[in-house]
Amino acid sequence: MSKETRTAYGETLAKLVKTNKDIIVLDADLSSATKTNLVKKVEPEQHYNCGIAEGNMMGIAAGLAASGKTVFASTFAMFAAGRAFEQIRNSIAYPKLNVKICATHAGLSVGEDGASHQAVEDIALMRSVPNMQVFVPSDQYATAKVIEYVATTKEPSYVRLGRSKVEDIYGPDSSIDLFKPNILHHGSNHKVLLLSTGLMSAMALEVAKKMDLTMADMICIKPWDALALTQLIQDYDMIVTCEEHSRIGGLYSAICELVCATAPKPVNCVAINDTFGESGKAKDVLNKYGLTQQHIEHVVTYMLDQH
Amino acid sequence: MNNQKLAIHALNQRRTIVEMVHAAASGHPGGSLSATDILAMLYFEVMDITADNVKTIDRDRFVLSKGHASPALYAVLCEKGFLDHDQLVNGFRQIDTDFQGHPNMNEVDGVDMSTGSLGQGLSAAVGMALANKIDHKPYRVYALIGDGESEEGQIWEAAMAAAHYQLDNLCVIVDYNHLQIDGNVDEVIGPSPLDAKFKAFGFHVETVDGHDFDQLRAAFHQARLIKHQPTAIIAKTTKGKGVSFMEDNPSWHGSAPNDEQFEIAMRDLEGNHE
Ligand SMILES: Cc1ncc(C[n+]2csc(CCOP(=O)(O)OP(=O)(O)O)c2C)c(N)n1
Ligand SMILES: [Mg+2]
Repeated sequence: MSKETRTAYGETLAKLVKTNKDIIVLDADLSSATKTNLVKKVEPEQHYNCGIAEGNMMGIAAGLAASGKTVFASTFAMFAAGRAFEQIRNSIAYPKLNVKICATHAGLSVGEDGASHQAVEDIALMRSVPNMQVFVPSDQYATAKVIEYVATTKEPSYVRLGRSKVEDIYGPDSSIDLFKPNILHHGSNHKVLLLSTGLMSAMALEVAKKMDLTMADMICIKPWDALALTQLIQDYDMIVTCEEHSRIGGLYSAICELVCATAPKPVNCVAINDTFGESGKAKDVLNKYGLTQQHIEHVVTYMLDQH
Repeated sequence: MNNQKLAIHALNQRRTIVEMVHAAASGHPGGSLSATDILAMLYFEVMDITADNVKTIDRDRFVLSKGHASPALYAVLCEKGFLDHDQLVNGFRQIDTDFQGHPNMNEVDGVDMSTGSLGQGLSAAVGMALANKIDHKPYRVYALIGDGESEEGQIWEAAMAAAHYQLDNLCVIVDYNHLQIDGNVDEVIGPSPLDAKFKAFGFHVETVDGHDFDQLRAAFHQARLIKHQPTAIIAKTTKGKGVSFMEDNPSWHGSAPNDEQFEIAMRDLEGNHE
């Protein structure tokens, strides 16, 4: 089965607002795309449209949170992490307010809208802000789990969601640990460990099965369980990270930071080079910019050949 | 140019818009069709843009601040003869082509600013108008914004700067079609009254029917005469104008017609000039 993580977000939130009356959902004229319209359908008095004014929306979110509300604020990742970056930093993260920024249409899989709408830097931006938790759920089940979790916390969070359908890698009964690496395949080859996040995880899992590698899905990019991650990494000679994000500042960088400080070893990545994307069908764009199963296999093979 | 000729250009542009969005199965027909008559007027009568000067900055320039209406811009550039019709229709929103979903100034001659993130184009237009003042250049700058787009605070930051620097070489056109993605603008967040707002921000304001060439012509003419003040033309339009089933229907903001709908749309846009 497959589903867009944004749809899983809207469906989960539509359930939560029925019982949690402290939740207020904000949107910026994209509620049919971000799927907060599902909330509007069931509990219209808990949904407010801020219009096309993302910076203002983040400020309103801060004020609502400072008044006791649990706020979910949604727009495209480009206009949340990008346009409203400084409002998020200074009005939400710095005062550590209870705002969940659930940003959809992240990455190149936006497709036809092109580079202006393809946020490939948002993990880097949000990860670098103190107090901000960053989640990148990889399928509908991980998304539901993340949304249910952040609704219970009081901290600012950034949840990165996608436009396109993604294959399920978990099931309704999977035990998902948001902060630890979720090992989805144990391989006998201990030369390369695959660490993946978001839409790439379904592909990385296929590669792991095919090449007999171990693969773990990383849902929380910050703050993650560094001890669990270090222990996992210990058993492998090299690491390949996979993410639908720039190679600068995302999962690749975060893993390199950890590995360099603890047990240096070669780390390579399947990620977007330091370049803007372009318009095209999501599949064509992902392929052109190096985000397919074949690209993962290629990088793994390269690592195995080099070392 | 007489109104009949302008109407023929506008009709051709509308057909190209529908063809592009249909071929790509993606794009924004509603806000492209509402802006088409404004663009026909600008490119065929108001602006001094020709095949000889299109690649230069020494001419009037146009910023499509509501960048999602790229089909409207590409279509008028095509109607001017700057772009190849078939390349455009087959390339729009496809991989490995120049015709990005939101226009990129480095890929298409005649696209004067890269846009797509609402609210940003008008600031760039202010910068261009300021540069023309600094360099004592006589060229004018036109910027088209959406009514929904006017909800962005940056629009009003730009407006304040334009009035402050007395940019009488800047003309903002608001495509006042009353719709944005989530519905009627007045129900989403309510930007009205736009004319009084622009006036309060120091603009000379003209309110016109955005599908009436006489009214558009008169407003652009007036804008040219006004000194020490930028002009805002509030153009009342119909989203989806010209295609029966798209008119005034918010669901055609960002969706493409299927084959059957495409046939109906093209029949709506037949005209009798061919
Ligand atoms: C900063 C920003 N926020 C959100 C969007 C997504 N978006 C694209 S078009 C649109 C609605 C625009 O409405 P309006 O300005 O009235 O345009 P029109 O009706 O002329 O198509 C939105 C919200 C965007 N492109 N940029
Ligand atoms: Mg509008």
